[in-house]
Amino acid sequence: MELGPILSTLRRHKITAFLLVAEIALTCAIVCNAVFLISQRLERMDMPSGVAENQLVMVQVANIAPTEDAKARTAEDLAALRRIPGVKDAALVSQVPFTNSSSNTSIKLSLNQKLPTLNATQYMGENMIQTFGSQLVAGRDFRPDEYMDYDAVLKDLDLVRKQTSSVIITKALAERLWPGESALGKKLYFADVGVRVVGVVKDLVRPSLFLGDDAAQWSMMFPLRMNGNNANRFVLRVDPTQRHQVLEAAAKKLRELDPHRIILGKKTFDEIRSDFFRNDRAMAGTLVGVIIALLTVTALGIVGLASFWVAQRRRTIGVRRALGATQSNILRYFQTENFLLATIGIALGMALAWGINLFLMQHYELPRLPWIYLPVGAVALWLIGQLAVLGPALRASRVPPVVATRSV
Amino acid sequence: MFFYYLQLAVRSFRRNRALTALMVLTLGLGIGASITMLTVLKLLSGDPLPTRSARLFTPVVNPWPAENATPADGMPRWWGNLMSYTDAMSLLHAHKARRQAVTASTKAKIDPTQPGAHSFYGQGVMTTPEFFAMFGAPFAYGGGWSTQDAENQARVVVISSALNDRLFGGGNSVGKMLRVNDHDYRILGVLKPWAPQPRFYALTFGEDAYGDGDAVYLPLQSARADGMKPAGYSCWAPGNVAHLETAPCAWVNLWVEFAQVSGARAYKRFLSHYVQQQIALGRLHHPEVWLFSLTGFLDRQKVVPDDLRLQTNLAFGFLLICIVNTVGLLLAKCLWRSREIGVRRAMGAIRRTIFAQYMVESAIVGIAGGVLGLAFAEFGLLVIRHQPAPYAHLAYLDLPMFAATFAVALVASLIAGLLPAWRACAVVPAPQLKSV
Repeated sequence: MELGPILSTLRRHKITAFLLVAEIALTCAIVCNAVFLISQRLERMDMPSGVAENQLVMVQVANIAPTEDAKARTAEDLAALRRIPGVKDAALVSQVPFTNSSSNTSIKLSLNQKLPTLNATQYMGENMIQTFGSQLVAGRDFRPDEYMDYDAVLKDLDLVRKQTSSVIITKALAERLWPGESALGKKLYFADVGVRVVGVVKDLVRPSLFLGDDAAQWSMMFPLRMNGNNANRFVLRVDPTQRHQVLEAAAKKLRELDPHRIILGKKTFDEIRSDFFRNDRAMAGTLVGVIIALLTVTALGIVGLASFWVAQRRRTIGVRRALGATQSNILRYFQTENFLLATIGIALGMALAWGINLFLMQHYELPRLPWIYLPVGAVALWLIGQLAVLGPALRASRVPPVVATRSV
Repeated sequence: MFFYYLQLAVRSFRRNRALTALMVLTLGLGIGASITMLTVLKLLSGDPLPTRSARLFTPVVNPWPAENATPADGMPRWWGNLMSYTDAMSLLHAHKARRQAVTASTKAKIDPTQPGAHSFYGQGVMTTPEFFAMFGAPFAYGGGWSTQDAENQARVVVISSALNDRLFGGGNSVGKMLRVNDHDYRILGVLKPWAPQPRFYALTFGEDAYGDGDAVYLPLQSARADGMKPAGYSCWAPGNVAHLETAPCAWVNLWVEFAQVSGARAYKRFLSHYVQQQIALGRLHHPEVWLFSLTGFLDRQKVVPDDLRLQTNLAFGFLLICIVNTVGLLLAKCLWRSREIGVRRAMGAIRRTIFAQYMVESAIVGIAGGVLGLAFAEFGLLVIRHQPAPYAHLAYLDLPMFAATFAVALVASLIAGLLPAWRACAVVPAPQLKSV
């Protein structure tokens, strides 16, 4: 197909051609970036939690005024929860992944170090690894004799100063603190208290990502026993098929054990994750909507413009047909014209996509657009362009040669 | 003349029904999306106390140990405007501003006295006497507590109108008792409905910072003595967090009001002076101080989420594409009608007439697009109201936005019409009249 006639026609419709190219370029640029943003959100929503998600449920309670016998009552609560059919394990923990409420501390690698190395989150509770279903990749779980009461430690920090307590950390934290070395047996400090690493778990995400996603896995677990005065989240590991029944039964049981207790929330872990990432999900949904709307508007624009061009050039088409051009010649002409305009638009669009990405990187802490997303936009627009122009082009190809002989 | 143009326009639209519909639809979509996002953006970047915010400020000092350097751009965002109890109370008692209040958010367990009613949790604020006067919280009945009450740790409380409606049927409940966290508090005052959006004195700007407002307002020391806890705290050294007043922890906010905006400069000098004194005493170690205006503080805390700004940019990108699309279609249509224009020109229509005719035509497209855009915006806001975002239920189109819709639509369509109209009046009549 010779491009000569197409180019000379377009040269006579510079402004219209330019507008079409501009529309395709803008659409291409936005679509490339939107697809990239969607993939970012989906990736974020897949963030590992490090717990057996499909087996976990949580009941959060609010107790009335502090009680003297909190320790004994918590033991009773947990025993009763474990008796519920379908419950494999139960624990009262200080915090739960993805719930946005957390206790965090700065840690150092030696006592005389001036500035802390980083800030990590503190998980506390008895029987936590078992209940969470965390995966130990090195070392061991806490021994029963290692547990201390959180109440007692809070009152007298010397309890942990005198004897070096144990800590279990995540693999990500271990690699960050001691790159390339085994973390087992190493000591870390917060303020003037030292603890020794006895175990490493694969993952355990922080409850709240206020320090950014890079610090998401910086978590520590402590052998501290919580009670109703200082913790309010019961976590149950249950048979996945009975999650909802167990959750109801657990909430009922907890209210039964203490009628003054208020149940603040009860959720399966799937619900917790879904709530935590709801903004990301909403954003991804919005972006999909934007992509569809953009491609639709652009396609309709192409249909409209092509229709006008075909109507305007009826006589010319008739003359060409009379001079021996076949129907498919005419069809091909309009398709090539659209392909040409789309290609120019896409080339400009890619440059623009890069520019938009630079702007987003500056303002929204986004990474650089990987080049792989550029062809996505290109292919989408070539396809949309060809589909959109097909109707008007077919109409053009059906213009009979006799039109050429009619005057007006 | 105008009506003649209208007639011409309607006739031209009839000739290309699908195309006209397409132009109106795309313009409507673009305008609808932009106005929806603008409404939400305006909602979130709104001023919680429009008449007072200019004179309200919150100071921040750095209480960290000497070895922690102060970050170059101030305390980190997650720190917010937290302050230690000691610093906040010293600054409060210095009375260097016109009014000042220390605040800390809390959850308050409220026990209704009606038989059979369950206890529930309400948002609470632990604060100092000048809170109400400073933030302009209006009283329906009674009033706030005195400095004397605060010092005596009196169990007194001010309740919101919503709580008053719920527990006491909305009457004058001053003097009645309210059970908060298992202690009896005497009601001193009942507020009229009052809920700054967002509650800028809250710890974080999540769900709790929007909506109906706090339920109870308690004297800070009384509430603390009864074991009520702040929503969060940050410590820079180990300490007993059961006694936050003396622990090396920050957990309260200080807000100050000046008689004039210019009071801020003097106050910042005083703040620096205070910090220097504390450094000399060995209590503090960093001389940097900050004094944020209310709106400046909200900006810094990113009350408007990045996602929302991004979505607004997207919506305007979309509107731009819609406008380019409409320009293209109007232009193509106009070129197609060159013959018609040629005839009109030959019959004596001057260029200005042709230009006016085409501008009227595109303005009609614009207004139709605006009406459709308004419908789309209402629909978009309806969708937003069903989103789980904390501000969702506040998303309604207001009058200025309604006007803005039409301004945007008209401007967009006139811009879209400018090029075709200019091209149309540039048509030279003679060649168009020649039949091939």
